Amino acid sequence: MGHVIRTRTRASTVAAIVGAIVVLGLALLPLVAGRGLIQDMFFILTMLVLAQFWNLLAGYGGLVSIGQQAFVGLGAYAMFAGVILAGIDPVWAIPLGGLAAVIVAVPTAFFAFRLAGAYFAIATWVIAEVVRLSVAQWKTLGGGTGTSLPRTATRDIAGTGWIEAALDVRGAAARDILAYWLALGLALLAIGAIYGLLRSRRGLALASIRDNEEAARSVGVDAARLKWSVFLAAAFGTGIAGGLIFMQIARISPDAAFSVTEWTAFVIFIVVIGGIGTIEGPILGVLVFFALQKLLADFGAWYLIALGVIGIAVMLFAPRGLWGLISHRTGLELFPIRRRLITTKGNDHG
Amino acid sequence: MSLLSTHGLTAHYGDFQALFGVDIRVEPGEAVAIIGANGAGKTTLMRSIAGVLRSAPGEVVFRGREIGALDAAAVMGAGLAMVPEGRRLFPSLSVEENLQIGCYGRKAPGPWSLDAIYDLFPILGERRHAPGTALSGGQQQMVAIGRALISNPDLLLCDEISLGLAPVVIRDIYAAVPRIREAGASLVVVEQDIGQALKVADRVYCMMEGRVTLEGTPDTLSREAIHDAYFGVSA
Amino acid sequence: MIWIDTLVQGVLLGGLYALFAVGLSIVFGIMRLVNLAHGDLIVVAAYLILVLVSLTGLSPFVAALLAAPAMAGAGWLLQRHVLNRTLGTDILPPLLVTFGLSIALQNALLEGFSADSQRLPAGPLATASLDLGAVTVGVLPLLTFASAIAVILALNWLFYRTELGRAFRATSDDAVTASLMGIRPATIFATATAIAMLVVTVAALYLGMRSNFDPNIGPARLIYAFEAVIIGGLGSLWGTLAGGIIIGVAQTVGAAINPEWQILAGHVAFLVVLLFRPRGLFPRAVD
Repeated sequence: MGHVIRTRTRASTVAAIVGAIVVLGLALLPLVAGRGLIQDMFFILTMLVLAQFWNLLAGYGGLVSIGQQAFVGLGAYAMFAGVILAGIDPVWAIPLGGLAAVIVAVPTAFFAFRLAGAYFAIATWVIAEVVRLSVAQWKTLGGGTGTSLPRTATRDIAGTGWIEAALDVRGAAARDILAYWLALGLALLAIGAIYGLLRSRRGLALASIRDNEEAARSVGVDAARLKWSVFLAAAFGTGIAGGLIFMQIARISPDAAFSVTEWTAFVIFIVVIGGIGTIEGPILGVLVFFALQKLLADFGAWYLIALGVIGIAVMLFAPRGLWGLISHRTGLELFPIRRRLITTKGNDHG
Repeated sequence: MSLLSTHGLTAHYGDFQALFGVDIRVEPGEAVAIIGANGAGKTTLMRSIAGVLRSAPGEVVFRGREIGALDAAAVMGAGLAMVPEGRRLFPSLSVEENLQIGCYGRKAPGPWSLDAIYDLFPILGERRHAPGTALSGGQQQMVAIGRALISNPDLLLCDEISLGLAPVVIRDIYAAVPRIREAGASLVVVEQDIGQALKVADRVYCMMEGRVTLEGTPDTLSREAIHDAYFGVSA
Repeated sequence: MIWIDTLVQGVLLGGLYALFAVGLSIVFGIMRLVNLAHGDLIVVAAYLILVLVSLTGLSPFVAALLAAPAMAGAGWLLQRHVLNRTLGTDILPPLLVTFGLSIALQNALLEGFSADSQRLPAGPLATASLDLGAVTVGVLPLLTFASAIAVILALNWLFYRTELGRAFRATSDDAVTASLMGIRPATIFATATAIAMLVVTVAALYLGMRSNFDPNIGPARLIYAFEAVIIGGLGSLWGTLAGGIIIGVAQTVGAAINPEWQILAGHVAFLVVLLFRPRGLFPRAVD
């Protein structure tokens, strides 16, 4: 008799194969899809990236931030600054967004980590407000009213020329396709990186902190360092996503870039509805969110009222979200991170 | 009719079963001791009777009324007060406030008032304005007892009131028991200290692993019988 | 001279922020619940007073008197049937439920009253002022500040001199042991939120008379309230008033230097206090 420790499940193997097919299909989508669908898919993918990183913070790290809009806005503004002030190609300016987000995340964490729980949440919000109000003072980038990417910069973004020629589309459509591919790549990278982190020793340590910080510390887990790394990683990913989102929109203002509704409330809704603390949850959540938005978009404020009420109901009656319900019923895990002890027959002493 | 009786009382913490059909009774005016080792289920039994843990209605009967399913506040209102294990004074409240809060849910006429409790434990009167947690362990235990008495309960449940106290302090606290009984309250005392329990009680139950293993009066129980009931079959 | 005036205006503004903050402070102090919809509930109360004023033509003060029990009742029900279910060791449920509530309330107001800004008619009070020699102060800001002090005095009396206050403190210390005293924590929590909603109505009255409001201003009031509570130190209502005054003074001083810096200056003052005194200026000994 021997024991092995496995995280893989049969469902996860099947999911990996299906996932590969889906990814291939998504990559080839611009060959057949119209511009509207590509824009919708861009929206879904970028929201998914934001949701995955918020889920990493709150669902795995126990850091409930309602200030992630700070990093979306910073990423967007840093990208715009790179293009407008330094003449960098928009695509290559996107990493500046991640960099700017991390640079501001350091003092943010320094302040916010002084407060625990709910007070941490509001502290992140205050800091996001400070960042928004400060950026609104930046006259070169339009101050409070904002600005647009110059036409000279948007006309020949790296790669769009090739897309125009290969897919026979016009400039703006080519830019959307480029943004879509970048979003797809970013989403895959984000999910891959988070999944990798959670399966690693650090992921195990993270789970132990979330379950009981004191106990985790007593067995030698460096809780403070892990929280810092999770916070900075989430800021980086969120900043990159911010840069990408506003490269596609090509117009920016402090209110849009630092919108608490769009970049935090919607994101929280996606994670809560889908299932917090799972990788599957945000994927399911973003699809539900998109469907609701298409369905209820014409009803204006009623749409957001419904969103708020649904969020409350899910939190009260199904706190593990839709994926939690599915997983509980079927035992399905597509991204298994739990370690299971398997007793094997035979003489291997593994 | 018994003042209090339990009928096949069970209790669970999640999947873990802590009580397996406990039957005890307390007659009016009686003092009953419940003894047993750590983990025998004594505190769980007290929490179930007091309503901190809910049971089926008929599993706990108090003065002819089924109270098993009532919450702790309702049980207290019915005249059953508890001195919880570990004293559990409220740190934000002064000594006097800790005593006053004891009759929040039941304002019954009777022998016990703030003055009567200061008369029973004079040191509390001297320190009435100190924060409850600034007192010594023994004094804190006096506050916890006074806090339960002030609602003039028919039955007082005392959970491990000697825990962590010096022998001389334990003697002082138990010296108050006769006066509490004279004033009319029946008593259930949970004790790990067998000697103390046998001294104070009219009748003794011994518990082990969630069950009552022995019942009797102090003069009829032999040391051996208690030992067996306490630790299981002797080796 | 202008600086003394700025300072006085800032202190008086702090009274308004203290009124925003006291409700938040009560609810957090008693049940460790941070209500992210607190600012939106203030705005809801302001609209309720507005509706009563326009329906009946009563003075806003009388309308607030009528609105207060309605707000208290709503708070009681909200706590008893929704928020109590979220209390526990996990901080996510209360945060996310009150955040959802905040979004729902804002948009319900938007649907009902549009995004137009509104104001409660204060009559001649709006412009009345007192000449105090060195400075001239508005009667309304002065009344706001006096109300903040009155509210804090009343609440301190309630908490430290009454049986209900003892029950609040006992439940906050240890809810299980409190239930052995015949206290029902669920009811105590609902009562605490009802009282917080009374203070919210007072805050709404002065907010609505002193400035324009619209459905979207709730979150900013929540942030000011939160900053005042943290600066003051958790659990001290006088500390909360001091915190409100610091935010108020920082804002008026910031605005005197550059009007665009008003809000920013308040936030910066908060961060500076957080940097040097992370537990606030008047932290409670027992936490």
